[in-house]
Amino acid sequence: MNSNKPAYNNRLGIKGWVYAGKYTFERYLYLGHRLTGMGLIAYMLLHIIETANRMRGVVAWEGLMGLFALPLFKMIEYALFAAAVFHALNGVRLLMTELGFFLGRPKEPVYPYSSSIKRHRPLTYIIMALAALIIILGGSSLFFP
Amino acid sequence: MSDKTTTPREITFRVRRFDPDVDTAPHWSEYRQHVHDGMTVLEALHQLKAEQEPTLSWRSSCRMGVCGSCGMFVNDLPQLACQTQVLHLGTDVVTIAPLPNYDNVKDLVPDLTPLIEKHAAVKPYIIYLDQIEIDSPTGEFLQTPDQREEFSQFTHCIKCGLCLAACPTVATDPLFLGPQALAQAYRYTADNRDCGMKERISAIDIFHGPYQCHLAGACSQACPKGVDPAFGIQLLKRKLVLDSIGFGKKKSSVAKIMPLADVVKAIEEFAPPPRTVGK
Repeated sequence: MNSNKPAYNNRLGIKGWVYAGKYTFERYLYLGHRLTGMGLIAYMLLHIIETANRMRGVVAWEGLMGLFALPLFKMIEYALFAAAVFHALNGVRLLMTELGFFLGRPKEPVYPYSSSIKRHRPLTYIIMALAALIIILGGSSLFFP
Repeated sequence: MSDKTTTPREITFRVRRFDPDVDTAPHWSEYRQHVHDGMTVLEALHQLKAEQEPTLSWRSSCRMGVCGSCGMFVNDLPQLACQTQVLHLGTDVVTIAPLPNYDNVKDLVPDLTPLIEKHAAVKPYIIYLDQIEIDSPTGEFLQTPDQREEFSQFTHCIKCGLCLAACPTVATDPLFLGPQALAQAYRYTADNRDCGMKERISAIDIFHGPYQCHLAGACSQACPKGVDPAFGIQLLKRKLVLDSIGFGKKKSSVAKIMPLADVVKAIEEFAPPPRTVGK
């Protein structure tokens, strides 16, 4: 660059993966995978803090358990369950693709181009349908035992 | 792409402007212009520059999707301006911005230095067992069509940088090698003439390497040449895993060299038919 003037920092930052815009379905799965991953890590930390309360005695523990019995916490518990199911099943999809399954074989690109993303989409749909089914069944057993 | 009308009409172009000598941040300018059937975004920009805004800057060269210079963020997707027809976008307002995830030098000009640096980092060339043979070849490598097909798709990369602009991981991790470099790393390691994985692995198998890719697929969607870099990254991951557990490329599978004398003999055996014109 000949100009001594600084260039403008055009990196999208957090907006770049939060806003999937006009990209395909898999971009939303990427977003979901990251959000649920961060949510599960946050839960792990909170869970350690929560269980550490047992050391404060029976009264403190039962008070905390009473708080967690509120409907709000039941909803949070369900959201956590849904996040875990989505993250686990999407993780299975990612593992399979990382090992090269369901992506097809490399071939000369001839217009209109096909992509491995499209080729493995049936797997994506099956796995997401399975995740939805488990989340619905889990919700029915949690809210209507 | 929903409305594929070909009727000539007036289109509003919202172009993001930035002049480092004057501006501290980019701003948007609007121009109205008649667009005819088949007109590309690049042609529209040339017309805009000629008739309305002579200071407008962008980078372009071949005008036919080969040089990879004119990558821009057109209607919120990274695209080559020379391959994108305005009327095929199907909108009355066309927004044009510089490629995101690169520094913006001026107007629509991105600084592609990170793309080139990452590309160079993965050693994008054949590394053979014997460097003397590479420097002073005694023959030609043997390669079957099947062996070539293993990597041929990834040789079509034109280094336009659209994939890095589309990648959500690059958006937050500037050190991520990105789809272009990782796909090229696979292109060379999958080549049966190459023995460079040992040299390449220190640049590839890193925290900011292929495992930061969670298959958003945006790079493959953006690629104007059908290279499918996301596919290359997944194949590279598989190769890294297989190599780590001892199932990688064996020395015996490395390309053999056919001596030049045999090459000449083979060419003579498949000599073209006799000339029928200009005898």
